Amino acid sequence: MARWRAVLRTPVGVCASLGLLVLLVFAVIGPMVWSASASRTDVASMLQGPSGSHWAGTDNLGRDILARVLVATRLSVELALLATLLAVVIGILLGTAGFVLGRRAARIVAAVVNIVVAFPGLLLALFFAVIFGVGAQGAVLAIGLAGAPAFARLAQTLVASVEQRDFVAAARIAGVGRVRVLLRHVLPNIAEALIVNAAIGAGGALLAFASLSFLGLGVQAPAYDWGKLLGDGLTGIYEQPIAALAPGIAVIVAGLAFNLFGETLAKGVGLTTTLGRVPLGRTKRARATEPVSEEDDAVLDVADLVVTLPGHGGPIRPVRGVGFRIGRGEAVGVVGESGSGKSLTALAVSRLIEEPARVEASRLRFLGTDLRAGAARTHRRLLGTSLAMVFQDPMTSLNPTRRVGSQLAEVARQHGGLSRGAALALAIDRLRAVRVPAAQRRARQYPHEFSGGMRQRAMIGMGLMGTPALIVADEPTTALDVTVQRQVLDLLRSIRRENSVALLLISHDVAVVSQVCDRVLVMYAGRIVEDLPAAELAEGARHPYTRALVAAVPDMHTDLDRPLAAIPGRAPDPTRFPTGCAFAPRCALATDRCRTEEPLLETDDAGRRVACWHAELVGARA
Amino acid sequence: MSEAVSAVSIASIAVPAPATSLFDRPALRFAVRRLLRFVVSLWVLMTAAFGMIYLIPGDPVRASLGITASQALVNERRHALGLDQPMLVQYGHYLAGLLSGNFGTSLASRLPVARIIADRLPATLELAVAAFVLAVVIAIPLGTVMGVLTRGGRARRAELAFTTTSVIIGAIPDFVVGVVLVWIVGVHLHWLPVAGRSGFGSFVLPVMSLAIGPAAILSRILRVEMITALQADYVRTARAKRLPALAVYLRHALPNALTATITLGGLLLSTMVAGTVLVENVFAWPGLGSTIVSSILTKDYPVVQGIVLVYGIGVLAVNLLVDIALALLDPRSTIRES
Amino acid sequence: MSELLFDDVSVRYGSGRRALTAVEGVRLVVPDGEVVGLVGESGSGKSTLAKAAVGLAPVSAGRILLGGQPMPMRGARRPVQLVFQDPYSSLDPRMTIGASIGEAVPRRDRRAEVARLLDLVELDAELAGSFPGQLSGGQRQRVALARALAARPDVVIADEITSALDVSIQGTVLNLLRKLQRELGMSMLFISHNLAVVRYVATSIAVMYLGRIVEHGPTEAVLADPQHPYTRDLLAALPDMGQSGAGATDAEPADPHHPPPGCHYHPRCPVGPLVRADRDRCRTETPSIDHRHHAACHFAALASEPTMQRSSL
Repeated sequence: MARWRAVLRTPVGVCASLGLLVLLVFAVIGPMVWSASASRTDVASMLQGPSGSHWAGTDNLGRDILARVLVATRLSVELALLATLLAVVIGILLGTAGFVLGRRAARIVAAVVNIVVAFPGLLLALFFAVIFGVGAQGAVLAIGLAGAPAFARLAQTLVASVEQRDFVAAARIAGVGRVRVLLRHVLPNIAEALIVNAAIGAGGALLAFASLSFLGLGVQAPAYDWGKLLGDGLTGIYEQPIAALAPGIAVIVAGLAFNLFGETLAKGVGLTTTLGRVPLGRTKRARATEPVSEEDDAVLDVADLVVTLPGHGGPIRPVRGVGFRIGRGEAVGVVGESGSGKSLTALAVSRLIEEPARVEASRLRFLGTDLRAGAARTHRRLLGTSLAMVFQDPMTSLNPTRRVGSQLAEVARQHGGLSRGAALALAIDRLRAVRVPAAQRRARQYPHEFSGGMRQRAMIGMGLMGTPALIVADEPTTALDVTVQRQVLDLLRSIRRENSVALLLISHDVAVVSQVCDRVLVMYAGRIVEDLPAAELAEGARHPYTRALVAAVPDMHTDLDRPLAAIPGRAPDPTRFPTGCAFAPRCALATDRCRTEEPLLETDDAGRRVACWHAELVGARA
Repeated sequence: MSEAVSAVSIASIAVPAPATSLFDRPALRFAVRRLLRFVVSLWVLMTAAFGMIYLIPGDPVRASLGITASQALVNERRHALGLDQPMLVQYGHYLAGLLSGNFGTSLASRLPVARIIADRLPATLELAVAAFVLAVVIAIPLGTVMGVLTRGGRARRAELAFTTTSVIIGAIPDFVVGVVLVWIVGVHLHWLPVAGRSGFGSFVLPVMSLAIGPAAILSRILRVEMITALQADYVRTARAKRLPALAVYLRHALPNALTATITLGGLLLSTMVAGTVLVENVFAWPGLGSTIVSSILTKDYPVVQGIVLVYGIGVLAVNLLVDIALALLDPRSTIRES
Repeated sequence: MSELLFDDVSVRYGSGRRALTAVEGVRLVVPDGEVVGLVGESGSGKSTLAKAAVGLAPVSAGRILLGGQPMPMRGARRPVQLVFQDPYSSLDPRMTIGASIGEAVPRRDRRAEVARLLDLVELDAELAGSFPGQLSGGQRQRVALARALAARPDVVIADEITSALDVSIQGTVLNLLRKLQRELGMSMLFISHNLAVVRYVATSIAVMYLGRIVEHGPTEAVLADPQHPYTRDLLAALPDMGQSGAGATDAEPADPHHPPPGCHYHPRCPVGPLVRADRDRCRTETPSIDHRHHAACHFAALASEPTMQRSSL
């Protein structure tokens, strides 16, 4: 209900609701109040312009135009609602019939609806108007039946989408019958969408009715609705334009009221609110000690990286002061749970975060170039040739409408100035380099013709179109099977070895990171809590979170007789990080100091970093 | 899962380096299937047109000739139309007639329906095609630009202004647009003719009335699809390639936004075909639309039947074109559909 | 008594060139009170097998028996219950979790029963009035488990129930599952792509590849001494802390619509016809699993042969 109420808070929603209310009021009181003046003929004052006694003038029989328009409200709205009701009821019956009657019946109904729904409503209405005859009653039936296929289609689509959800399957497995599942699980989940579309449909029916009456096929004299007034007015438009315009305006306003009401309902239900910009607030810098970086051989050097996103209750900072550097050819892993800010960190250092999100840093250097300075286009060539990206989902990360080869070639054409042919040849060569079989032929194919592993290879090949110094891979194997994961990781490893490319590997999988990387950054609640050599992850971690994370993953050596280690509680919500150490609420070692004072990310002599007040204690226990 | 499975299955099919994807095997299968659907729809349409006469309560000939006509005349007319034969025989005759271009004879004018349609069709076709082209020419640049400008919650004022205006314009029925245009341009300004079909000037108002609403709706849909496409992973990939913004928008986002728009655009186009009925009546345009209305009112059923059929075929043709366009733009659509 | 038996079960979808045999002649026993782990990559048919057991997928050949009897597919009591992978999709967002759990419980004493079930999965009984949207992923998965238990099933099938959860929560759900299984003594088919998780939960393991079971046996035996080359590849591919594994073959996964003839694994097999010319038999003959090694490989018996030893791990 709260969502329905939220509709009323937008200005458009208020206008639409008010308009609809006014419309309904006129529909009720119109004929009672203005009936007399609408039908009083007065030859003496025919075809008069607007005046004090006749606000909108008079028609060719001297009848008050405004009164006639207001009186017509009832019939127009009434007939439209009747037709809509008919359309919705028939539509829902047809649309849900398949669910109740089973697969075969569903197919037949869907096939019929599919054919009929392709025809525009007005054409169907004309068809039915011929059958049911000219007149108001025939028009209601015609418009109702003409609208039904669209609703049936909508109901079918909605039912099908809900039907696929596991909770419907679960109810069926629990022994709940089809009709009960329909009533208890399916209909409640599609009701909102149906109501929204019924509101919009009522607007459509109103216009359709006006159309039929305008053509002379709907309401017949002496009764009149807006469409009929409009049609009659058009014939005399040179003498009395207002007779045609007034009902026209009524039709527009009424149609809009229904339409906008439906649209705002849809918006309220779908919660498609866009968020505002981030106010340029001051960021509290993390008081972390950064590793010194005088040597200029760093591929990537980041300090105090902050990412700010707009949120409902003010800006959210999912990344709060992250700093690290990656040396030439070094492989650095970032691990953490969902919501730890690891993926945003990867996107932020790659300059791929767009407005309205904001990225700030006190240092962001790639191959010695300050990426913060100048516009994005100044760094385009450098980033385009030296920084390669690999994303998580290979199914969606390639453009489905373009051939794989040309998606690779694009890079060389843009940054290398190569001709189309030369770029494609290079693309094929790169596909070969990432061990895509039959590269020549594969380059001509579309992404959907590739398997998941092959697409991820193509993504990596795309990064090799230039001469990358760094590959940023964001969960590159999460969507893949283990055997394919192994192949992709091997590929990354061999590319690193052959071309001494650095790697920033983001993953939730501690085992993957420890296997591929030299060094691991552990992130929690938007900060780096530990930075340690990958080889020490298993035994030498000094942060309790790192230890818990490693222990929570069962591997082939896990003791079967003991319960698995688990971290109590849940990861903090980026909208409200706790004060003090963010891990304190889930930490067995937490003291009062942890809950009030945030630990610094301290660097030790060996260059390892940890942010924990009890790091010595944890390290000692190892 | 099924999508993943089909993706895998396609991967293993050898592709003999075709000129375009339209000619490889899934595309061929798609074409055959799509053609089959067209034929089935056509048959349903013909049957419905035939059935229309039967569903009318009472005797259509009597209704057409009026109660004053003698029974002998009615019988003679019924016999001439073949209405006294068994229904299946009539159905067979009807279908056979249609296939040989015989749409029957008008009850009122005694002219062959095919000739009436041939006389009137060009006018309607011109109107629909011109309006569609105009709507597309307005909507595609407008929707694309608005999508780019208002992506990710940017330019909220422009977004509000655009959505509000387009919703309002889109909600005004074309015949009301027509009436308003007649009043402003015809009655007030006397710039353009408001009735009939004579010369280029007479085209302007009917085409505008037909095109304005769909243009608003189409541009609104395209904006939303553009925003969706701009949020997609492959656009992030394109940005990771550090392509210029324009290339990202036009080469990567737009084709995907268009595929999503085309389905709805096709629906809009077929609505436009039907919309000609109203607009022709506003502007006294001598096309099929004004003819079908007068025929319904005079109960000249063979003519109504014929024109309904022509409109229906027009709609089916539009749908076929949309699917072909979709197949060319998005190779996945040939597989997805089943 | 509540032994679940898949007797030569096949599941086929569609017809003609789009036909897909998701499960092909699977024979698998889930003994009374035991946990059988089912592993395989995506598209291997393991989830389809689970769906077939609860009537959500059509069994085109073979039978599924429970305690020697055909599965009742109608009526209120469903003795086999399925817990789904995604706890965000398996609970009706418009129903309180109490109502969701209570759906399978007889009308009388529903409230008390729901409270008991929530307690069983270590959730506060107060939560019965809340909606799924108010719960975390781990809590939802517990609710899903409670709902499955509400039907008092003889067999529970758990289909990838931890793969949608964060690692820190995965452990608690697995611990709970083990505890419940031991306390209630139920039979369970535990499906996962993660061998380490299966190893922790299951007493025996079955490995599926392209719709067929290629190897089965006691967990320890299969993991310590795998007989089928696919099982060996699967084990070799596991990322292991601190280890950097050796190279894997770059073969593409096979197409489930057109599975290779003979042994489905032969185009990827490191000991098959690709490597050894004399093993053409794999291309034509479907290997049987009914021999003492319980591995569907023509050359499983020769596992001790030097060339067949696991390359490295």
